[in-house]
Amino acid sequence: MFKGQSAVKKLTTYSLICLCLIVADYQFGQMQRMRAWLSLAVTPVQWLVDVPQHSWTWLGERLQVRDELIAENKKLRAQTLLAERQVQKLAALTVENFRLRDLLNSSERLDEKVTVSELIGVNTDPFSHQVIINNGFNMGAFVGQPVLDATGVMGQIVSTSAFTSRVLLITDADHAIPVEVNRNGLRSVAYGLGQYEYLELQDLSDTADIEVGDILVSSGLGLRFPKGYPVAKVIEVRHLAGQDFAKVIAKPTAQLKRSRHLLLIETPQRQSSVEKESH
Amino acid sequence: MAIQRSHNIWVPYVTLLLAFMLSALPMIEWLQWGWPKWVLVVFIYWVIALPHKFGMGWAFILGLLMDLLQGSHLGVNALAMVVVTFFATLMYRRFRMYRAWQQSFMIFLLVAVNQCISYWVQGIGSNASIGLWFLLPAPVSGFLWLWLVVVLRGIRRAFKVA
Repeated sequence: MFKGQSAVKKLTTYSLICLCLIVADYQFGQMQRMRAWLSLAVTPVQWLVDVPQHSWTWLGERLQVRDELIAENKKLRAQTLLAERQVQKLAALTVENFRLRDLLNSSERLDEKVTVSELIGVNTDPFSHQVIINNGFNMGAFVGQPVLDATGVMGQIVSTSAFTSRVLLITDADHAIPVEVNRNGLRSVAYGLGQYEYLELQDLSDTADIEVGDILVSSGLGLRFPKGYPVAKVIEVRHLAGQDFAKVIAKPTAQLKRSRHLLLIETPQRQSSVEKESH
Repeated sequence: MAIQRSHNIWVPYVTLLLAFMLSALPMIEWLQWGWPKWVLVVFIYWVIALPHKFGMGWAFILGLLMDLLQGSHLGVNALAMVVVTFFATLMYRRFRMYRAWQQSFMIFLLVAVNQCISYWVQGIGSNASIGLWFLLPAPVSGFLWLWLVVVLRGIRRAFKVA
């Protein structure tokens, strides 16, 4: 009997602590910092889980046949050459763009500083789309930092610890990113649906100029994602009779489930937030 | 009452660490939905086997670690694990007497309680529509128990954990 009583007492105490923690986590930003340090405790597990895949890639690289490597090297050289040619053109265009912007007295920067990061884990909870990368605040990662892969916007960092960070993908049901149609500058917001293949634009009127195949790029509004990176491609526009808004579905251009190497972008807001913190 | 000396108490910790690694394993999406709750099931085994060593305090700590690993709100998994452990500590004597299929069914119920608590609490203030798929790990874990209990019992006896 007494044993049962003490169990109930324990249950109440621990449940109350848990509820306080949950409420605090929902309400107060201070928990971010505590969480960052506590996350160190699970970092070894995340590293350990990544070991098999990491060593598999490593072994594959060591055991590859020489001929294959030479062939791959040739192919990469060719690709680099092509890319360099494009960059040459880009340099000229960038300079021209700067000059034109100068003429217009507009002060927009085109270059952002970029850090390369590697994916070390994915979230096992199928209801939230998050991945874990191997850059923590020690390497300059910060909450709110935009993350790209080679083909488009992946998401943003939602929590950091010393050596790892968590990235919320743009397809998560709780994520939204301001975009514009590349063809005509039509602005909208792309919401995640909790499915890796789809984003939805919910606020476009039925008569808006948007077509299947349109590229959506980040609009830079909301001051989180830099302007002009590809986000998604429209794959379906449905006009529903009697509805004010069209139903527009787009497919993310980033390889959300495959990319292992990611780019973290150093945005100008970073500077101001760091200054704020140091005061 | 004589003080019970613990013997080879590191063994449960190692199995729990392995359970953590299994639960953090990256895998195909459809497998994720039914992936058993390794940490919870292994922990329930140790609660049933060594109730004087593992109780709600440990459940709280392991739950917090789960929250950190999954990126869920701090305390969500901790709350679920504490509640489940409460039930497990109440019935560990009866549980040991159960037949395999009865144990398996109890595990199903316990994991289902865990899933309900963690997803309902997490569902507050989220847009994700989750349906009833979050319950899928419960039957899978219950099924898994039939083999897991053999393995863990083997380990416990081989190392004479007490």
